[in-house]
Amino acid sequence: MSSNVGSAKKDKLVGDLVVNVALALLVLLWTIPTIGLLVSSFRDQFAIATTGWWTIFPHREWVTIKTIEPGAVERDQPIDVENIRATFDELREGVQSGDKRLVWIGNRRLGTIQVQEQEWTMNLDFTLENYQNVLTGKRYEVTQPDGSVKIEQGSDMSNAFLNSIAVSIPATVIPILIAAFAAYGFAWMKFPGRRMFFIMVVALLVVPLQIALVPILRDYVRLDLNGTFLAVWLAHAGFGLPLAVYLLYNYMSTLPRDILESAFIDGASHFTIFTRLILPLSLPALASFAIFQFLWVWNDYLVALIFIGATADTQVLTMRIAELVGSRGNDWHLLTAGAFISMVLPLVVFFSLQRFFVRGMLAGSVKG
Amino acid sequence: MQGSEVKPKSASPLDWLTGTVGQIIISLFVPIFTFVVLWQGFIFLRDSDAPKIVIVLVAIVWGVGGVALLYFVSNWLIEKLSPFWVRTLQPFVFVGPAVAILAWYLLFPSARTFWISLFNSSSTEFVGLQNYVAVFTDRTMFTAFRNNILWILFGATFSVIFGLLVAVLADRSKFENAAKSLVFMPMAISMVGAGVIWNFIYEADPNIGLLNAIWTSLGGEPQAWTSLLQPWNNFFLIVIVIWLQTGFAMVLFSAAIKGIPGEILEAARVDGATELQVFFGIMIPYIMPTIITVSTTVVIFTLKIFDIVWVMTGGQFGTQVIATQFYREYFTNRNFGYGSAIAIVLLLAVVPVMIYNLKQFGEREAF
Repeated sequence: MSSNVGSAKKDKLVGDLVVNVALALLVLLWTIPTIGLLVSSFRDQFAIATTGWWTIFPHREWVTIKTIEPGAVERDQPIDVENIRATFDELREGVQSGDKRLVWIGNRRLGTIQVQEQEWTMNLDFTLENYQNVLTGKRYEVTQPDGSVKIEQGSDMSNAFLNSIAVSIPATVIPILIAAFAAYGFAWMKFPGRRMFFIMVVALLVVPLQIALVPILRDYVRLDLNGTFLAVWLAHAGFGLPLAVYLLYNYMSTLPRDILESAFIDGASHFTIFTRLILPLSLPALASFAIFQFLWVWNDYLVALIFIGATADTQVLTMRIAELVGSRGNDWHLLTAGAFISMVLPLVVFFSLQRFFVRGMLAGSVKG
Repeated sequence: MQGSEVKPKSASPLDWLTGTVGQIIISLFVPIFTFVVLWQGFIFLRDSDAPKIVIVLVAIVWGVGGVALLYFVSNWLIEKLSPFWVRTLQPFVFVGPAVAILAWYLLFPSARTFWISLFNSSSTEFVGLQNYVAVFTDRTMFTAFRNNILWILFGATFSVIFGLLVAVLADRSKFENAAKSLVFMPMAISMVGAGVIWNFIYEADPNIGLLNAIWTSLGGEPQAWTSLLQPWNNFFLIVIVIWLQTGFAMVLFSAAIKGIPGEILEAARVDGATELQVFFGIMIPYIMPTIITVSTTVVIFTLKIFDIVWVMTGGQFGTQVIATQFYREYFTNRNFGYGSAIAIVLLLAVVPVMIYNLKQFGEREAF
């Protein structure tokens, strides 16, 4: 008996180990690309463009230990150097012998021969410059009319950050509210056209939002709505609604029928049942959709560009970051830092909503 | 709560009058007052010069509160009516706003797109179904269709499988939150960020591109993974989307797994079921509705896939998909008729998914 308990315990231990190792492997695979970005965001422009981010880890690299002046050696004949005989062209490519390597550096006439050995190194020169440039604005050199050069500081990110918040929070909550009402209606209310309207919702899931941009923009101009927060909230609500209704409907329709039945018997109206019973019970689904919708709105570029524009006063964070790259496209190392800064708030939202994914939401709601 | 407007018969005519008139006045006053408050908020947000932070706060309160208030007031009005009208009208208070917004933002533009697709490239001449014939006979479109099928077969399938795997494993692990957060992280990265990240991996220069660094150290020649390696370059793009979407599937599966009553799982384990039996015998059937939901949405995402292809290759090198072809024809080439026809074909592709979901919907019974 006791040995049985012991082996069960051992099985559980092995099981836990397998689970955690498999999980760790998957997580590692998923994280490597992001680690690359994170490391790169702390490296300077030149380092990013010439060496891989993984060179920050210990690795073996050819390091020059000695430089030889070949002097007047005949270049067209095989050259004897450091007990190695090689032609100029071979030396140009690099000649390896044992743990040594000879490389001809420079031109044929004046070059030198470097003797290299493999050594363990790490590229550990990090910088905060990318983050500084992204956060406080880039420095521009402006040539004045009189010929002198003046350095000007670009605007910082706070304005764009606030704009993004003003767009994202209502553009997340509004569609969820509208979709929750609709999902309840589809799941638990009887009305003419129910089936037809639901077909419409599912069909619209696949409509690419690009086809809607031109007609909606025309409507907005006619209604004098363009450039307002309301315009962009409604647009995000419209584009997010099919998925929101679909996901919330699927969740709400799995809630046990008995709960609603007993509430009706107690004389509750649809509105009371929805606000007091269904909404709290649907928190996990509401929270998961809130996370997605927030991410999409936060990272959206196209919808904001068209409906609120890219002026310094109204632009959102994604535009600010795209602007960093510069018109000549030579500042793209700043994107590494920009991508991480814009990720902070979505991750905060994810962490704060994650606590709704807990077991036992429905515990005790169904009588066995 | 329902039927509160029914007055006792013994009430005098005067009471009846003041009662009804009072009710009507309140019923008129409340919506008008709500409307005025919301309108003032809108004017303030549009014209105010207040500090940014004040405007942001007012915007959030006005936007979120306004919508909630509209629902509350319209429901309050409806519930003043007789039970028959409550039953008839209340569903429309619930479903109406969503349907109206969907109609405005997606349905009418789709109908308009269909109309345009029947005309020539400058929308001046009716050409019937000619654009559709062109869509289905064009070699470039043929590649786009093939690629979209690859995207669904591999992109959607592996996103769902990995999402489920991570959700199930994380549920059994002590490091659940850490693991889920890390797998979720790609979802939080903007498309521009994702583009930069994968350039560090697919870059042709083995000094910068991780994949080529590994490949050359194994003795291979540096490859241009996303451009020259046709048609395999599509798979390198699909990997990116699996990386991005697994977090989506994982979050929904995780929420569903949390919904499985703990007692059921405990009971099965006590009865000596192996973990695999628990997984296939209890978890999978229990979360089947979620699996269908997630698969449907992921298939639709991959059907619409646009950003990743656009950022990585611009739809060149034989990586074009339906959505990038639509964008190129409609916005770049301004070939309105043909571009619209491509968008409508995309809509048709979802019909099988829709039929399946509707079958499920038809079996439901409402109150």
